[in-house]
Amino acid sequence: MKFEAVVGLEIHVQLRTVTKMFCSDSAEFGAEPNTHVCPVCLGLPGALPVVNARAVELGVRAALGLNCTVHLSSRFARKNYFYPDLPKGYQITQFDRPLATGGWLDLEEPEGEVRRVRIRRIHLEEDAGKSLHDRLPGRTAIDLNRAGVPLIEIVTEPDLRSPAAARAWLTQLKQLLEYLEVSDCDMEKGSLRVDANVSVRPAGSAALGTKTEVKNMNSFSSVEKALEFEVARQVALLERGEAVVHQTMLWDAARGEARPMRSKEESHDYRYFADPDLPELVLERAMVERIRGSLPELPAARARRFREQYRLPAYDAGVLTATRELADYYEAVAARAGDPKAASNWVMTEVLGWLNQQQCALADLRVTPARLAELIRMVADGVVSTTAGRRVFARMAETGRSAAEIVEAEGLAQVSDTALLEEWADAAIAAHPAEAERYRAGEDRLLGFFMGEVMKRSRGKADPRRASQILRERLRTPERPGR
Amino acid sequence: MAVSREDVLKIAALARLRLTPEEVERFAAQLGTILDHIGVLGEVEEAALPAEPVEWPAPLREDGGHPDPLALPPRELAPAWEEGFFAVPRLPALDTAALEDAFEDKARVEEERRPEPPAGRARP
Amino acid sequence: MSRPAGGVEAIATDVAAGRATALETARVAVERIRAANGGPDGLNAFLAFGGPAVERAAAAVDDAIQRGEPPGPLTGVPVAVKDNLCTVDFPTTCGSRILEGYRSPFEATAVRRLREAGAVVVGKTNLDEFAMGSSTENSAFGPTRNPHDRTRVPGGSSGGSAAAVAAGLVPAALGSDTGGSVRQPAAFCGVVGIKPTYGRVSRYGLVAFASSLDQVGTFGRTVRDAVLLLQAIAGPDGRDSTAAARPVPDWRAELDAGAAGLVVGVPREYFPPELDPRIGRLCREAVERLAAAGAEIRDVSLPHTRYAIPAYYVIAPAEASSNLARYDGVRYGLRAPGADSTLAVYEETRSLGFGPEVKRRIMLGTYALSAGYYDQYYGTAQRVRGLITRDFERVFRSGVHVLLAPTTPSVAFRLGEKLEDPYQMYLADIFTVTANLAGVPALSLPIGTVDGLPVGGQLIADRWQEGLLVRAAAALERALAEAAP
Repeated sequence: MKFEAVVGLEIHVQLRTVTKMFCSDSAEFGAEPNTHVCPVCLGLPGALPVVNARAVELGVRAALGLNCTVHLSSRFARKNYFYPDLPKGYQITQFDRPLATGGWLDLEEPEGEVRRVRIRRIHLEEDAGKSLHDRLPGRTAIDLNRAGVPLIEIVTEPDLRSPAAARAWLTQLKQLLEYLEVSDCDMEKGSLRVDANVSVRPAGSAALGTKTEVKNMNSFSSVEKALEFEVARQVALLERGEAVVHQTMLWDAARGEARPMRSKEESHDYRYFADPDLPELVLERAMVERIRGSLPELPAARARRFREQYRLPAYDAGVLTATRELADYYEAVAARAGDPKAASNWVMTEVLGWLNQQQCALADLRVTPARLAELIRMVADGVVSTTAGRRVFARMAETGRSAAEIVEAEGLAQVSDTALLEEWADAAIAAHPAEAERYRAGEDRLLGFFMGEVMKRSRGKADPRRASQILRERLRTPERPGR
Repeated sequence: MAVSREDVLKIAALARLRLTPEEVERFAAQLGTILDHIGVLGEVEEAALPAEPVEWPAPLREDGGHPDPLALPPRELAPAWEEGFFAVPRLPALDTAALEDAFEDKARVEEERRPEPPAGRARP
Repeated sequence: MSRPAGGVEAIATDVAAGRATALETARVAVERIRAANGGPDGLNAFLAFGGPAVERAAAAVDDAIQRGEPPGPLTGVPVAVKDNLCTVDFPTTCGSRILEGYRSPFEATAVRRLREAGAVVVGKTNLDEFAMGSSTENSAFGPTRNPHDRTRVPGGSSGGSAAAVAAGLVPAALGSDTGGSVRQPAAFCGVVGIKPTYGRVSRYGLVAFASSLDQVGTFGRTVRDAVLLLQAIAGPDGRDSTAAARPVPDWRAELDAGAAGLVVGVPREYFPPELDPRIGRLCREAVERLAAAGAEIRDVSLPHTRYAIPAYYVIAPAEASSNLARYDGVRYGLRAPGADSTLAVYEETRSLGFGPEVKRRIMLGTYALSAGYYDQYYGTAQRVRGLITRDFERVFRSGVHVLLAPTTPSVAFRLGEKLEDPYQMYLADIFTVTANLAGVPALSLPIGTVDGLPVGGQLIADRWQEGLLVRAAAALERALAEAAP
């Protein structure tokens, strides 16, 4: 029997605020332990929470970006459980009345198919502190800097059908949240964390199988691996005629396996109730509409526009809209260079190639869009060859100087001087008599070889159109006296 | 309403209270009596119950400012403090978060933690 | 009883005018406390008092006067603060072993405002552990005694503050009122106690018992003194989301406004058979005095009153079970010695640190919130609370300005008398919990004695109508004084 996976995701996203969810302590990552603490986030007797307006705004932004209905009235609730890094003995979250419900984010699959993944709910909550088990011998060390950092939890419907799709969708979600500037989405810092619900069922069946929850996945690739492991485990159980047990599985990346978590039955009785320290969270419709109006063009829409407005292939549009910064960069180049496809080629090959090779961020690139556009125009105008242009780009990125300055200083301007071009052409032919003979015998494609030789001799400066004209002329006759 | 010893033990475990056998007996009896009195709430007709009133919404504060300063640092409050941390006895895998973190720490060392490749890179 | 301290206004005026110093006034108060507090028959009203911090604080007030700074309304007035309000200079124990010796690194808004008004906090007063109780017998540090009869309880949970004011140790004090914890001890001790509208005073720094019911209140020997303290601490606070953003009127103007034109409602549900008939009679006499002073009297009904105690004893313990989860031995306070696992740290610390009543309420509240029981108990109790609130709204919308009722069904009972039967103890709050459930302001003032023990009359007004409460209370206080032989 063939089985299909049914996957739903729960994603915790730290919001990009200066201070914590319910107090003015710094929400910054990476400080000395227990230095960003105050009466509120230490859970001291008598301390009370006050809601961070920016966190609410970011939550609304994320909800609108994910096509959710934002509720003008929602409620904070207490989730009661004991854990040493949970200072109050409860987490302030939202339960029966979340900030937003009923959204979606489409997954564009490789074959061009679109799968709609529905968002069940998005709610605001506070993060817990950190328990470190390897810091002190025999003891657990508690750092409360993270306690109270604002989060949203995004819960999807079980709409994903494979581990790979889950990973691809998460990548798109991350891209969207980055576009929205809601979070820095850095999984290594824990600012984006993913849990999954997984079940399997016979392909084509509409019923849902018994699900398990998979936790402790530290990267999108480990999400995919853990889900593959868990799906395979469940399929194997069913094929043996055994049942899947509803339980929580912890992914152990080191061993590449997910193991069931031991748990106490009572630990699931969270005794939620409305937090009496916080009245209802009420949003004004105007505020929500203002946020809606301030949303940037989102990745899918932008890629669509790139295809239409700049006549780019779908692949280019996808690559160029991967991040908001890159898309902004591309558009700035395209506007000045006058040739959107050329701009796309330059950004995709030279800019991304350079960033990849240097392992640096776009923000650190010393070639501004205006300067890249200048270079593209110089190539289009025949001032420098494409080949030389690539070298000019590298020098621009290294030095921060303009294309014109580099071309001038390094003598890289394209050579269209017939005499010089003839000299390089003759030298190339003379050095390769056998190839010249074969060309004359009809092997036309060897013209490219000779072009390469001319370019080599000209150090890339030869005007390719003129050079190929001259080569063709010179190769037509077997020998020429003189010169 | 009768409250059994098992009920009492279950609630005590949820509330992280360790009760003596005498306390278990006493609480079972007392909670039963109190719940009997509270049972009168059941007389109130559901239809008559109004929604809870909202007098004012949660005030929102600007994302900034300063927290109320601590007159004593956390280390002077803590029953056990080591190397800048609150210290508790090492957790035997008690529940989710413990195992999660234990694994996370191990994983941090052992798993290659390369960043995700961005959605698009230069064509190979 | 020693010669009582003067009134709040007299002290503030004298210190501001240089006729007395804050330091000397504070020293006298501390000496008075020292004399009355300890010993086998001592009041045990204070858990901490005096010391260099008090001297410093008082000297700072005098320095400010010397420098010519404008004096605050409480300049140099020695006040006592219930030990569930956070102070930096004294420990804050909540009468619990679990916070024995705990020093709060921050100060409650109400305490800060007292200081800013010029008051000198001279000590922290005894209470039922975490304010759970009606007799102050649930303190881990021994019961407080009633200054009128030391074999009797002062009421609770703010028994220490009520006893301190009644014994003349301080002219005024802060308490907290979750189900009657200011009004009931005020009645038992023969002083004035005010519980303001929920949201009138910031709860920041008030150690939470039941967050939706807790409110800081004040004690004075007179309505005026209690009002002066309330005036100083009331108002919006950015650190408490449940503190109202509304401005605070000047209630002092109401003190002399008189009863003429006031419509006083007498709720029939507050005069049940179990009420001591002598208390009922004193209440009716009080009503007559108000009528004689020009008030209109109406019989009214608050039909859901009988559900108040059951609803309260679901809601308050439920919130408490969550509020008290933070006492886990991890970050501050007590940790049971020798606990060798985190679970043991929790269970042993909490079992060692909490007294029986606190444990009982945590158990009750945990039960009420737990899976399968939430709707039956907590959900229903919240809806019943809505009905009780609507009862008050209906009466006040009908034109009634204040309600007059007994504060307690009996006078101060004997120490130990009700300790064995928790539910009987809970019934001591029968007339006071309604105001907390509905969030309305209420006040208790002495209206006479029974067998030499004080009896309190309770006035209740609509939300934010403390002014009417003060007006009626001052008029009644005056009428009673004029009638006294």
